[in-house]
Amino acid sequence: MRLGKVASGVALVFIFIFTFSVSASADYLPDSLTIDGAPISKADKNPVKLEVNLYTPEVLPAPAVVLAHGYGGDKNSLRAQANYLREAGYVVLSYSARGFGQSTGKISMNSPEFEIADAKALIDFLATRSEVLLDTSGDPRVGLVGSSYGGALSLMVAGLDKRVDAVVSDIAWNNLETALFPQNAVGINHPGVFKQLWTGLFFNVGLTGALQLQDRCGRLEVTWCEIYESVAAAGTYSQQQARLMFESSPASTNEKVTAPTLLLAGQADSLFPLSEADANYQQISTANPQTPLKMVWHSGGHDLGVPETDRLQLLTQEWLDAHLREGNSFNEDFEVTFAQASIIGTNQPTESQAQIESAPKYQGLNNRTLTIPLAPEAQTILAPAGGVPAVISAFPGLGGFGGFLSQLIPEQTAIFQSSKLDKLARIIGSSEVKLRISSEEVHRDVVLFASLQVISESGVKSLPNGLVAPIRIPEVSSIPVEISVNLPAIAIKTQPGDSLQVVVSTTDLAYRLPLSAALYKIELASDISLATGDLVLTDRGQTLWIYAWLVLGTIILISVVLRIFRPYSVSKNRSDLSEVPVAIENLVKQFKNGPLAVNDISYKIPKGKVVGLLGPNGAGKTTTMRIIMGLINPSAGAVYVYGEKVQPGAAVLSRVGSLVEGSGFLPHLSGRENLDLYWRATGRTTTSNLDEVLTIADLGTAIDRKVRTYSQGMRQRLGIAQAMLGMPDLLMLDEPTNGLDPSQIKAMREVLHRYVDSGGTVIVSSHLLSEVEQTCSYVIVMHRGQLITEGEVSQLLSGKGNMRLEEFFLDVIGSDLTIGKSS
Amino acid sequence: MKYLPEKTLPFSVEFIRQFRRRRTLVAYSLMVLLPLLVVAAVKLGGSADEGTADGGNFGSGTLSLIGLATAGAANFTVVMIFFATGFLLTIVFALFAGDTVASEASWSSLRYLLAAPVPRRRLLGIKLAVAMTLNLFALLILILTSYLVGLLAFGSSPLVSPIGGTFTGGEALFRLAIIGTYVFITLLFVSAVAFYMSVRTDVPLGAVGTAVILVILFAILDAISALGDLRNWLPGHYSQAWTDALGSQITWDNMAKGAASSVILFLILITFAYLKFERKDIMS
Repeated sequence: MRLGKVASGVALVFIFIFTFSVSASADYLPDSLTIDGAPISKADKNPVKLEVNLYTPEVLPAPAVVLAHGYGGDKNSLRAQANYLREAGYVVLSYSARGFGQSTGKISMNSPEFEIADAKALIDFLATRSEVLLDTSGDPRVGLVGSSYGGALSLMVAGLDKRVDAVVSDIAWNNLETALFPQNAVGINHPGVFKQLWTGLFFNVGLTGALQLQDRCGRLEVTWCEIYESVAAAGTYSQQQARLMFESSPASTNEKVTAPTLLLAGQADSLFPLSEADANYQQISTANPQTPLKMVWHSGGHDLGVPETDRLQLLTQEWLDAHLREGNSFNEDFEVTFAQASIIGTNQPTESQAQIESAPKYQGLNNRTLTIPLAPEAQTILAPAGGVPAVISAFPGLGGFGGFLSQLIPEQTAIFQSSKLDKLARIIGSSEVKLRISSEEVHRDVVLFASLQVISESGVKSLPNGLVAPIRIPEVSSIPVEISVNLPAIAIKTQPGDSLQVVVSTTDLAYRLPLSAALYKIELASDISLATGDLVLTDRGQTLWIYAWLVLGTIILISVVLRIFRPYSVSKNRSDLSEVPVAIENLVKQFKNGPLAVNDISYKIPKGKVVGLLGPNGAGKTTTMRIIMGLINPSAGAVYVYGEKVQPGAAVLSRVGSLVEGSGFLPHLSGRENLDLYWRATGRTTTSNLDEVLTIADLGTAIDRKVRTYSQGMRQRLGIAQAMLGMPDLLMLDEPTNGLDPSQIKAMREVLHRYVDSGGTVIVSSHLLSEVEQTCSYVIVMHRGQLITEGEVSQLLSGKGNMRLEEFFLDVIGSDLTIGKSS
Repeated sequence: MKYLPEKTLPFSVEFIRQFRRRRTLVAYSLMVLLPLLVVAAVKLGGSADEGTADGGNFGSGTLSLIGLATAGAANFTVVMIFFATGFLLTIVFALFAGDTVASEASWSSLRYLLAAPVPRRRLLGIKLAVAMTLNLFALLILILTSYLVGLLAFGSSPLVSPIGGTFTGGEALFRLAIIGTYVFITLLFVSAVAFYMSVRTDVPLGAVGTAVILVILFAILDAISALGDLRNWLPGHYSQAWTDALGSQITWDNMAKGAASSVILFLILITFAYLKFERKDIMS
């Protein structure tokens, strides 16, 4: 079968591709080393032991890349990225920061004295390796790459170590203070609102883990442990603690960064939002305007979002190529992904799910060029006692669920809605709105959350990435206080017909909320000033294989249609045989890997007779009958029924009724339903003789019982009745007397004789020779696929005295008999 | 005696033959039972969920799918589809398509239909049409029961998507229609495997089992990240892409790929089934 071969060919190709891909991606095994870092602590000057993986590329010497992991990770969590960069030709050093993995020491939150100094020691180490390309002695060509905790570290090392030649910093913080205590009321010098859920999750990773919980601080260095415990209890911090947070932040070192820096920021990030990356950008570019800088707002982040791992890996490599190798360059365009999340699966976004737009230059968060009026009604909202129930806008690590979770609580929420926008607008950055807040009583430490929601024309509400902007005001009284609010930094495209809502609410589950109840009157003091941007779609090329699919699909569709709807081939008619019920000519049937079931047989069944087909097991009787029925295709030769060549579906088969190798009924239907449905399936237009054949079946009331309950004899009789439906010209019965009692056998014999008398022809195969002798007037004897003899019973037995058919039969087929067993 | 091949085995006859089977009743009962069971579990399963069931205006606080399900009839329907596509619908689609020819062979009734003679192509065509109709009914019963049960249990709140957006009335029904259609299309692949095997074997369970096992096998391969992008070519890789219809805007490309691959594989397998069946020696 040609198509079968094609199919196995396709399967082979697939197997080849799979095997190839698996062997190609077989993991390269890095060298596992231990390197001395900076001192363990202020008191203990012994160096920490840092575990590292060193990946060496094939072409040496090569530039080096230090890979720093995120909070909670270790050197092994970076394996995929390290292999990718190694294949791109870099010596890659990934390591576990102190307190993580098997590295010793305690976590000091990227303290310059400890973690940053550790990284410097790693650069010292790279300078001693012959595999690494050196700028000068002791100064390797090296880039730093990291995400989150490692992203902040990369930036800080670049600020504190001049040997760093390139930086890729993903979803890093700028200042722990502003990240963990965000304050979006402009100009209010008051600690922001404690982001307690995220902070708790973040620090608790350091408290427990691989090293077991030994004391309250676990792997956290005691200073940081105490800071966390104190701010978690108080919900705010001291000046000294603010200074420590600042020192552990890129904010303290950014002014010294001169290495080319790629800043990757996550839009789905309620921990270190876009404003943190923006602050890093502004600080670096203000201090050293010549520093090559590129900002990318991807669709991932700490809240997962739509991960763009593949693209970010490529961007990282291109940035490193441009700044660690000669002869390459890479653009410094500002790139923004407009993505639509998928709930399930973390597939890389496709082209229409994630459109990437770019502008030649990063514009910051405050490019506010569009002012839109909002409905100004003053609204009074409740801050509930105890801070509950609280709105859930984003859940750490799952922020994108915001759409579902941010069902607002009406009494806690003031909404200021715009009219419908008349054209497409890009909101890129942090929009601004002025609010006027008052209350009848005096309240201190007032916490509010502002956000920008989009309502589509069909009423679909969405809160971009579930982000809200917390505001903390020292005091509110009956004299309204007017504040300017920076709404969350986002990147969205609004459609014509969308409208915007500024939502001000009193609660958010992720933050520390005041415990006392209060009522606030919120008024709008200005229109909303939208941060916008002029971006153009980046052409990422067409995915050609889609067209390949389409072409393939069309070809298949056409061939299927041609195949299925091609006309039935017309049987070849032999007019000379039109009066012969069955004519068999040189029939051969060879089964695949089987015996020669029928070996060159030719005979004609005479019309108007009951013909017996005799032979022991394996004689080929049943095979022949199945060929006559069009069930089995002959290997050679042909069968003609009333002159028409038999093939599957040959119309002449409608003149044949048959019962071969037992009956076949649907067990869940009654006998009557079976016959009725069978008749309706035969495509015959005459009225059925159902009642007549039911009399022959003689099933009584059982005819309306399910066939499942029938005995073998009942099924047999029903099968014979089915074969007689419509009184076909040729009736072919295989072992018709199986399961019948003697009186039924006698009745059957009469039925068959009557059938012949009314002009039909009957073929009966049986191993009960006496039965055949009484019923048939003509016999055909087969043995081992061959025709032994045929003729009128009377003629065959004539001149043989009183020989019975049985003795004659034994005589002609010899001694190797298996007669008596059912055929 | 007049014989018209185009009148053999009419759709209605084959439909009665298949519809009256016990497995049809069992499969449809499961489709009705699943939403009832889930509602019972939610209603009887402790007080945590009651807050959302009777008011639900401050979110459920749980991120579980059950939490999503209790938001309203439309949400409940979506979650039921999510539960059912994993395994239940796969088995049902494999069942209806897989034992249609094979069970006929195992009852020995196939040879009498073919000797009637029902032309072989017509027999396959009608059997496929009836199997797919029964499949469609199964999906519709699941969706309609879920919606009704959800309506009685959780009210008619708008469809709330976990990835942003609330859809009211007509929009929600439109999204449900897209989801239902896409789920049906992705299950074409399962049906086609089962149908092809049904033509090859006389053991109904073998045909159904092969299809189910293949689906499981592809799901396992799909979970092996070392296969990388090659997984995109696995049948069933995009079987959950209907969730893209829950965004504030529908993103079509994953659904387009999933639908294309399912339809193409369906056509290929059905063609092979025809080729096989037309030449097959019927030994059953």
